[in-house]
Amino acid sequence: MKIAVLSGKGGTGKTLVSVNLAAAAKASTYIDCDVEEPNGHLFFKPEKLVNETVAVKIPEVDNLLCNGCRKCIEFCKFNALAYIGDTLLVFEEVCHSCGGCALICPEKALREKEKAIGEIQRGVSGNVKVITGILNTGEASGIPIIKKLLDDMHEGNSKEDKKKNNESGKEFVFIDCPPGSACIVMESIKDVDYCILVAEPTLFGVHNLSMVHELVKLFGKPCGAVLNKCLDGENPAEKYCRENGINILCQIPYENEIGTMNSNALILARENDRYQALFRGLLDAVAKGGAP
Amino acid sequence: MKIAVPVDEKNMETTVCPSFGRSPFFLIYDTESKNATFIDNNAAASQGGSGIKAAQTIVDNQVSALLTPRCGENAAQVIQAANIKIYKTAGNSLQENIDAFMEGKLPVLNEIHPGFHGGRK
Repeated sequence: MKIAVLSGKGGTGKTLVSVNLAAAAKASTYIDCDVEEPNGHLFFKPEKLVNETVAVKIPEVDNLLCNGCRKCIEFCKFNALAYIGDTLLVFEEVCHSCGGCALICPEKALREKEKAIGEIQRGVSGNVKVITGILNTGEASGIPIIKKLLDDMHEGNSKEDKKKNNESGKEFVFIDCPPGSACIVMESIKDVDYCILVAEPTLFGVHNLSMVHELVKLFGKPCGAVLNKCLDGENPAEKYCRENGINILCQIPYENEIGTMNSNALILARENDRYQALFRGLLDAVAKGGAP
Repeated sequence: MKIAVPVDEKNMETTVCPSFGRSPFFLIYDTESKNATFIDNNAAASQGGSGIKAAQTIVDNQVSALLTPRCGENAAQVIQAANIKIYKTAGNSLQENIDAFMEGKLPVLNEIHPGFHGGRK
């Protein structure tokens, strides 16, 4: 079962929830798709690390072949090309790697070369396979890295599926999404079975919750909410969930102990029985909620 | 010589547009003949890379100087590759800036900003 954990803004508790769910499950895979600032690995401290570079294709021009017809410039939606004097300029940071310019060039003056934009790091932490996507600073889009992270998940699963029937074990995959509801989040959730929406107990939290709720509805994904940082008294996020028929999966209290452990990069479910029970309970609720 | 200025409207009484890449129009002005031509900036509504596309338009109009309040680094790279000088406008009056340029009072634009590239951050 593939589960995405998302929220409308950063700092709500996506990593807290996804890391602890992965730790509370018998066997699981944790995939950090928050490639601009991946931090799940700080908790897992994975071992046996293997790194793989992720590259995209960008155009390279042979100015001897280029006759200045400008078909590539007209084609490029992102304006990554300019023709000055008798030289074609390529703006690598602006290019979105669609490959169209090289296809359309009648003189075959453009060809594609690889440009590294980040890497994928695979390791193990006890019962959890930890996979981290890392985007290099300054790169325009983390989507190629997320695509690669999730392609691997599918490959892994097809083999896993066969095993599954024999072992009748449930393999959980947890996807720690980037914050917000933009393309990069859509890419992260498009193939999951279930979405966990993490929300804070404030009006601002409700606004962010409604953004991601709208997104998962658009994708037709079953979802439930985790209310984080819960205090006594009224919780606007809880009210929003009740009014909009969102299943509340669990409430995580606003506690000094959680904050302290979390800021020391400790995994609650591995340190303390009470928290382990909390996340096991959440896992059960998700497994039920996501059952077809 | 021919100069280019990003402008808000297609008349000589208009103001200099604070954005280069997303300026609605450009004035192409011949300082000898005083001939003024206003052209549409087809990069104004670009999703991204508007500075590059707008700069291409300026280069294609074979001007010798660009008068603008600011310029991003991608646009500047295109403009400078074509040996066009960039001057910094002062105040927003088009006519006053043209006059100041003719009198040699506009400074060369040195501060090239890294661009306002949209993203999720």
